[in-house]
Amino acid sequence: MSVQALPRPAKVKVVFYNDPKIRSLFFQLVLLAIVLLVLWFAYDNTVYNLKKRNIAQGFAFWNVEAGFDISQTLIPYSAASSYGQAFWVGLLNTLLVSSLSIFFATVIGIFIGVLRLSKNWIVSRLASFYIELFRNVPLLLVLYFWYGAVLGSLPEPRDSIAIPGDIWLNARGLLIPRPVFLPGFWMVAAGFIVAILGAFFAVRYARQKQAATGVRPPGGVLATALIIGLPLIVYFFAGQPLGLDLPVKGRFNLTGGLNLAPELVAMVVGLSTYTAAFIAESVRAGVVAVSKGQSEASHSLGLTDNQTLRLVVMPQALRVIVPPLNSEFLSLTKNSSLGVSIGYPDLVNVFTGTVLNQTGQAIEMVSITMLVYLTFSLLTSAFMNWFNKRVALVER
Amino acid sequence: MTDMMSPAVSFVRPTVIEQKTPPFRTSGPILWARENLFSSPLNIILTLLSIGAVLWVVPGLVQFMLIDAVWSATSSKDCLADVVKHPVGACWGFVTARFGYLVYGQYPDAERWRVDLFFALEALGIFWILSRKTPFKIAGFAYFFLVFPVVGFILLSGMSSIGLPTVQTHYWGGFLVTIVISTVGIVASLPIGILLALGRRSAMPIARLVSVIMIEFVRGVPLITILFMANVMFPLFVPEGWRPDSLLRVLVGVGFFSAAYMAEAVRGGLQAIPRGQYEAAQALGLGYWQMMIKIILPQALKIVIPNIVNNFIGLFKDTTLVAIVGIFDFLRTIQASLADPNWRTSQMPLAAYLFAALVYFIFCYGMARYAISVERRLATGNRH
Repeated sequence: MSVQALPRPAKVKVVFYNDPKIRSLFFQLVLLAIVLLVLWFAYDNTVYNLKKRNIAQGFAFWNVEAGFDISQTLIPYSAASSYGQAFWVGLLNTLLVSSLSIFFATVIGIFIGVLRLSKNWIVSRLASFYIELFRNVPLLLVLYFWYGAVLGSLPEPRDSIAIPGDIWLNARGLLIPRPVFLPGFWMVAAGFIVAILGAFFAVRYARQKQAATGVRPPGGVLATALIIGLPLIVYFFAGQPLGLDLPVKGRFNLTGGLNLAPELVAMVVGLSTYTAAFIAESVRAGVVAVSKGQSEASHSLGLTDNQTLRLVVMPQALRVIVPPLNSEFLSLTKNSSLGVSIGYPDLVNVFTGTVLNQTGQAIEMVSITMLVYLTFSLLTSAFMNWFNKRVALVER
Repeated sequence: MTDMMSPAVSFVRPTVIEQKTPPFRTSGPILWARENLFSSPLNIILTLLSIGAVLWVVPGLVQFMLIDAVWSATSSKDCLADVVKHPVGACWGFVTARFGYLVYGQYPDAERWRVDLFFALEALGIFWILSRKTPFKIAGFAYFFLVFPVVGFILLSGMSSIGLPTVQTHYWGGFLVTIVISTVGIVASLPIGILLALGRRSAMPIARLVSVIMIEFVRGVPLITILFMANVMFPLFVPEGWRPDSLLRVLVGVGFFSAAYMAEAVRGGLQAIPRGQYEAAQALGLGYWQMMIKIILPQALKIVIPNIVNNFIGLFKDTTLVAIVGIFDFLRTIQASLADPNWRTSQMPLAAYLFAALVYFIFCYGMARYAISVERRLATGNRH
């Protein structure tokens, strides 16, 4: 029996409006037309409304004198400075509060996350209480709580609360010792950089030696000794070029030191206690994601508890922890815009608040502010892509 | 084999281990405590520290919140230690006296039954959709996403032709506004979010581009800037005569914001559906929308219910930010009450914020528990 070849089907003629390609093109054109129409509608109205309300356009305001003061400035700024300088002041304040909060949130978050994983029942319950509490209340309430209920009930300067380490707490904020850099401090800084480089090479040498001979020289110890020891030695040889300006309590007031405004303190405490709960959750999820067999296998190979954690569990857990951690950092940075609610002069407060009110140029101010945050988020996702590529599982 | 026996191999024990006595206890609370609380020196220290912390905080908190609390007051004077003759803790009289304002804002007293009815209708819709035992699920969705928004709007803002006096939105406030914003957020964001998610996974390049730009833009900026945009830029985008209501502007902003996050949640579900489902649907001759509505979305949405609920928790917490653009939500009414000269004392904020935290916690924690229970149910459902 021979198999008879079926005749090739004749090309089916499709009516043009049933052709998927033409349909897809048509719908896309319709979508594009709608989007363009909406944009044109908004643009047309905006141009008309701006002209009607006599609002200036463009970026000429950038060099105009601002005429308002900002309570906390990291760069020289006065009411005579321009709006452009106000922008940089606001941006730096945002970066300051975000980086301080990211640091403390990570420290607290990892601490709570480890406690949450503890086999100790009470400890893990307490940690989970902390996590649930902060994950289920709004950040704004947390900020109000620290700012209004805690810092607001602090005493006047003359009854300041003393904290060991020459730190004072009162209604005007937190007073900490101010480091004073004397001439010659550059040598300590240089020593620190040299120490870091030395430590890097020490660890690399130790690793190569171990790969070649199986014996590991104490690279880690050497590196730690270098990083701590070298700057200390240089510090004493250069004649201790670092002074501390300590706050001194007088009868009614405190003088000297570095005064951190209550707004800054409330922002940092609020953001870090709140975000710590989310970080703790990511840390826990990451460690739980490493299967138990990994640490059992590592133990049966004869690695110690410490080595198991450092060489087997952590590298695998980090692959899971870093992406959510990173998005927590990004959302913390975005959340720092809540500073506007308690009067912390961050970018949104300075620019979308005061500058917008003075100039009335809503479109420019909101767009610039949004662009700044978009840049942060693009940089973060660029880093994430790089990191994911680096740590991605290499499979056969 | 001989190698194994030789004493040079250090990991083979050459002698028999001495027999040990059987363990004293194998169960019971004392063993549990020893294993869980006192297993090592570090653990003992941790346990003692935690017990110390609990003993340090809890009695003080109970004293402050219950024993020393003042339960009824007409102004902050009733909460002064001189008046009540004992040390004063939380002044709950503040909450009870301002309760109406905290729930309804400045909604007229005579019309507040409408708000209560609105809450009841909303509760009915949520229960209908979320409970496993209620029948007519499709009708429930239609009710919550189509009927309820219209009825609720008419109920709250009024319609003179059916005898409900108009109440303008600037009289709305308190918990009512919090609920309205989060409801609009969820009702608007689910359909828009699904469309955006489909657009992002579509084969049409222009649809994909539009969706990606929209999603990534909204997710890249803080909610506050979107609220500012809705508040100050949106009125410029529309013809002069429209003058959008200030609550409406905020609702548009919140709707867009939550839609972008919803789109990402839905996309996760779409990606989790095996290719075979798409191919089978196409092989049956279903078109794009039939395939999506009948085959893909029912499965995709089901897996992402926990994520949707988690998004909703975030949205519920984020509604507090509308206070910054001048809308009187629940937290803002508390702030406003604290600024009231009748109620200004230095310890009032602590009690007020504890109350607010309790309210938000009850709602968010409830939703989180629901999400976890759905997750557990689905996890067992998939194991055949």
